[in-house]
Amino acid sequence: MKTRPNYIAGALATVWLVIVGVPIYVMVSWSVQTRDSFLDNGPLALPGAITFENFVDVMDSGFMRYMLNTAIVTAASVALTLVIAVPAAYAIVRSLTWFSGATFRVFLAGLAIPAQATIIPLYLIINRMQLYDSLTAVILPTVAFGLPLVILVLVGSLRDVSNELYDAMTVDGAGPFRIMWQLVIPMSKGAIAAVGTYTALGAWNQFLFPLILTQDPSMRVLTLSLTSFKQEFQINVPGMMMAVMLTALPVFVLYLVARRWLIAGLAGMGSK
Amino acid sequence: MVVITEAPAPARAVPPPVPRRSKRVSRPNALYLLPAVLFFGLFAAFPLVLVVYLSFTDWSGVGTPGFIGAENWIRLFRQDALWEITSVTLLLTALFWATQTPLSILLGVWAAGKQRNRAVLSALFFLPLLLSTAAIALLFNRLFDPYVGIGRGLEPFRNILGTASGAITAIVIVVGWQFIPFHTLLYQAAARNIPNVLYDAATVDGAGRWHAFWYITLPQLKNTIITSSTISIVGSLTYFETIFLMTNGGPGTATRTLPLEMYFRSFRAYEFGYASTIASVLVIVATAVSLIIVRFSGFGKMDSTLEGL
Repeated sequence: MKTRPNYIAGALATVWLVIVGVPIYVMVSWSVQTRDSFLDNGPLALPGAITFENFVDVMDSGFMRYMLNTAIVTAASVALTLVIAVPAAYAIVRSLTWFSGATFRVFLAGLAIPAQATIIPLYLIINRMQLYDSLTAVILPTVAFGLPLVILVLVGSLRDVSNELYDAMTVDGAGPFRIMWQLVIPMSKGAIAAVGTYTALGAWNQFLFPLILTQDPSMRVLTLSLTSFKQEFQINVPGMMMAVMLTALPVFVLYLVARRWLIAGLAGMGSK
Repeated sequence: MVVITEAPAPARAVPPPVPRRSKRVSRPNALYLLPAVLFFGLFAAFPLVLVVYLSFTDWSGVGTPGFIGAENWIRLFRQDALWEITSVTLLLTALFWATQTPLSILLGVWAAGKQRNRAVLSALFFLPLLLSTAAIALLFNRLFDPYVGIGRGLEPFRNILGTASGAITAIVIVVGWQFIPFHTLLYQAAARNIPNVLYDAATVDGAGRWHAFWYITLPQLKNTIITSSTISIVGSLTYFETIFLMTNGGPGTATRTLPLEMYFRSFRAYEFGYASTIASVLVIVATAVSLIIVRFSGFGKMDSTLEGL
């Protein structure tokens, strides 16, 4: 029965493809048209003349500055997450103390914390730390809220490392730090890549923490800049579409080169 | 979105300590855990406690929060609009779940199959996952614009964001567009893990595709349905970005949900103390919902769908 084509499922899949495809097509098509031509033709018409005017407009609005801010937030969040989470996962799997077991339970429960409900106290904490309106203010809660899932996925992968390997390292006289460096990290490369990609995607695309914790245009990240483009480009819809497309472009490149890790990272959210 | 996953029973989550406790094996100490605990404690766990405290204060966003007792809570339950906002929140949550779950199951099961173009198609299917919520909301905000959008000139759809039911429909469509790929991914992974032997046995028994789907695929996906539903429901109750950016709670208050109300009361009206009561309600409701789902679905028992194999 596996070989018989399933027409109903196929039809549904095709419909879904159209639903996904049309908005993306319209976005790309409008972004390369002039303000006049996108209105003259129907929304689904092929762009007649391609223009780079919108690209120039978006670049002139400080886009690269916002992209740099987003890149800094993303890189720092991924680095900090891994530096904190890898040793923690290693300790949860290998340490025999009650503390490591309790910590793991706290992180499991932590998966259920809705970030939206904590924005008011976070605003207070960040203000008291004198960090308001800085990229650090965005990075710190991003890392904290990412930790539960990241640690869960890393712990799952570390459980597969056999005791014999740890014993062998010990016999060689290795301390815990060398074991982490030479055994744990190499053995969990796949999981680290997956959680790293997942963290990067979340940090790049986040909106809420930058919204409440930054204010100045010099600290603005890409997602927030889209809302200001919306004001600025109220009638310049093609310019708006170009901005939306450009924010997603780096992620799209990441998808092309690291699709496997990205999907694995996202699937990890539900599999554990 | 909020990341929620069912918490397995702790006893199972942590394996019993290895009985053979050799002193010679190097083990990491608590220092390896400390940064993670501090980070998570300060920026995720402590705010949960702090928000409840703030709900008993008159904090305006600056200065020191002053304790005022239960005043905010009394005001919250006397506010007439609260019930309207709560019912909008619940309506949207129900609509999100009812649209996303069946479609994700069907698409996930399809994507787990072995069709020829499946790899290419599923790569396209997951494209919405790459876009940020802000990008998606603003893209559709333009696409639904009465003057320049794709519906211009098509009368019933022209001003979809201008009517209450239209705005709710539009939000359900956009949030579905964004999150169905994610749930599809979960179902695809789970459907791939269903042993083929079950389908072979059903075929021998003369079961058709529909029977196989209904009596094998769906029961086998039970745990994933619970996981995905929990993520969807708890995520929807606290969902903020798309609504904020696409309709800003409008037209009127037609799409104003609890998280939006919390945001407007705090970061717009500077009544941070009062807004903290709404935040506390969100924490309590989200926790209660996940506990109820885990409890009544029998998921806490973690019964394996592979039993009897």
